[in-house]
Amino acid sequence: MQLEPLKQKCMQHLREFYAQWRAIPIDKLEQKWITISLIVIGLFVGIITVDALFHSVNPPGKIETVDSASLHLNEEFAEENLGVQVDAKGDITIRMVAGRYSFFPKHITVPAETRLTFRWVSMDVLHGVHIPMTNMSTMIVPGYVAEITTTFPKPGEYPMLCNEYCGLGHNHMWSNISVLAREDWVAPARLPVEGAANDK
Amino acid sequence: MTNDAAERKLALSHLWVAFIAFILACFMGEYQVLERSGFISAMDSPTVYFASVSTHGVLMAFVLTSFFIMGSGYYIAVTSLKQAVWNRTLAWGGFWLAVAGTVIAAVPLLTGRASVLYTFYPPIVAHAAFYIGATLLVAGSWVWCAIMLLMLRQWKMAHPGQVVPLAMFATAMNALLWLWASAGVALEILFQLIPLSLGWTDTIDPGLARTLFAWTLHPIVYFWLIPAYTAFYVFLPKQAGGYLFSDEMARLAFIVLAVFALPIGFHHLYMDPEQASGWKLLHGVGTFVVALPTLVTGFAVLASLEIAGNLRGGKGLFGWIGCLPWTNTMVLSVILSLLMLIFGGFGGIVNASYAMNAMVHNTAWVPGHFHLIFAGTTVIMYFAIAYYFWPMLVKKPLYSNALALLQLWLWFIGMSILTTPWHVLGLLGQPRRVSGVVYNNLLTLSWKPYELMMILGGLILLGSACLFIYNLAKTQLHPTQEVFAGEIEYAEPMHAVASLPEWLNDITLWNKVIAVLMAISFGYPILQFFFIHAPGASPWGF
Repeated sequence: MQLEPLKQKCMQHLREFYAQWRAIPIDKLEQKWITISLIVIGLFVGIITVDALFHSVNPPGKIETVDSASLHLNEEFAEENLGVQVDAKGDITIRMVAGRYSFFPKHITVPAETRLTFRWVSMDVLHGVHIPMTNMSTMIVPGYVAEITTTFPKPGEYPMLCNEYCGLGHNHMWSNISVLAREDWVAPARLPVEGAANDK
Repeated sequence: MTNDAAERKLALSHLWVAFIAFILACFMGEYQVLERSGFISAMDSPTVYFASVSTHGVLMAFVLTSFFIMGSGYYIAVTSLKQAVWNRTLAWGGFWLAVAGTVIAAVPLLTGRASVLYTFYPPIVAHAAFYIGATLLVAGSWVWCAIMLLMLRQWKMAHPGQVVPLAMFATAMNALLWLWASAGVALEILFQLIPLSLGWTDTIDPGLARTLFAWTLHPIVYFWLIPAYTAFYVFLPKQAGGYLFSDEMARLAFIVLAVFALPIGFHHLYMDPEQASGWKLLHGVGTFVVALPTLVTGFAVLASLEIAGNLRGGKGLFGWIGCLPWTNTMVLSVILSLLMLIFGGFGGIVNASYAMNAMVHNTAWVPGHFHLIFAGTTVIMYFAIAYYFWPMLVKKPLYSNALALLQLWLWFIGMSILTTPWHVLGLLGQPRRVSGVVYNNLLTLSWKPYELMMILGGLILLGSACLFIYNLAKTQLHPTQEVFAGEIEYAEPMHAVASLPEWLNDITLWNKVIAVLMAISFGYPILQFFFIHAPGASPWGF
């Protein structure tokens, strides 16, 4: 391998490019404006990167596959396992299935100011879910598990809305979630998880 | 250009297809805000609504834009290079291919058999004719790209060492951008959607489909926007009575726009589960980089306007503003366009902000944003270019300048009234892409007054669109003895450019840079689908 001549050629190209770059006349005022623009952009990018790397503020991004066509045979997303579950360590996981045109279970109750891990799957087409006024938002793509961890700061009754076009009945795809004050919330019994109990 | 009749006919034909698509889509837009508000219950119909939304999206985003960019691009190439269109027969072939594609796609769209929106959304499947029509439309635009790049090459061979006119440099950059950009959606349609819709394959990986669409989805926006920026740089300064602030900086802006518009599409996938956060962050950083050429362009436009205003007798720090020719359609359009760009750009920064996107993703905020930045900033410049070109294309003076000014102001006012409540609705949690609100929740009560405002905004926009078409048609058909003899004028830079390094005068290097950046940012994220083998999704109707 003859790396040396290649390296020299590259360096020469870069030097040439730099010399040509310096020769471009750029007005003083415009230089200042570009500097300010770069600082502002750098600031935004910096905040986002620091938040992502050190505070784990990230959008959902765990690539995990699932067979959307056979959820009924899937142990994790079998009907009796859906909804809110507390494990031995006290961590709360909420498993939800999206299908035309509802989220299952239809209603869930969770505590405020507590770390919640949502695991969403689709049983048919593309869906999305957003709880307005919160950052509980993710796309639900068939074939993939959408996992998102969040905390709800304020107790209240919130709708869960499908926010991706999934067919002509898309408008009707929504469910409810009650966020209770931490001290009022009681972990649900292991079985069964009720469906459609409060949707009147 | 003594006899450019054939070129003028070519440009006019493209522009008329663009604007006919535009006016049809405007009527649909107003119907959609009405239906969606739920104020007239007799109108409620998700079937009609989603057929209309799909058609509105395709007409505005694919038909208006492609035909406008092709038509105006041919005329800019011919007038700036002062040479005839290379292979005019081929150019007409491209035109008819794109028209045929539009018609083939229109049939399933209008009969409600392609209500999948212009973003496709597999595993929901439309009639195969929709995908085939869309492919032909894109193929027609590739003919235009090839002709633009060949004309640039031809001119450079005939004028070695000379500076390529800025207008043509920008147009060629746009052609290069579109060839790269459209490859993603072309791969999705050819290898995933057409086989699925014809029943050749049983399942589809929607994760891969969404990744390929995201490849196209950001640069396509710059494909639409570059003609507007081109007018900012090459038409505005002259029309305002001044000079272009800097020719070299304009080229740099177009280069950064085209190069960095491509490897950043994952900001459309921030909320998706099939791509890892690291890749999303990388694309997010690139998204902020592409804000730079827009900030540089804003500076150049304001500087060019200030020079013009001062030359016209403006005194003091802000005197130039009053001295600008506000009755010139180009000048007025640019000022209004820039105002909308400032607010739209601000919203764009919010969308781009990685995890913060969760608060607005797929809410009404997003269509509010892209109507402001596309239908506002970009389309108002399409109007400006049309008003500027029309007298030269039909050799008759514009029917009414006063009507044109009124139309531009109405478009700006209508767009402000339409998009402000749209953004607010998004912050109040309203999803986009719903045909009506049936959620049994108190939150929805706060949405009503904003929907009422949107109907008003849409109505003003529709009126403005009708005035635009009326003025163009009258200009062309109105019997008059007067012959318009004006010729297209390209702005001169303040400091003449004698020579340029090759990388500011050609696209070859940038093509290579794009190839490297695309391999980095899309290589692994696409390849991963062949390793992880996500179980396929079966096709569904809608």
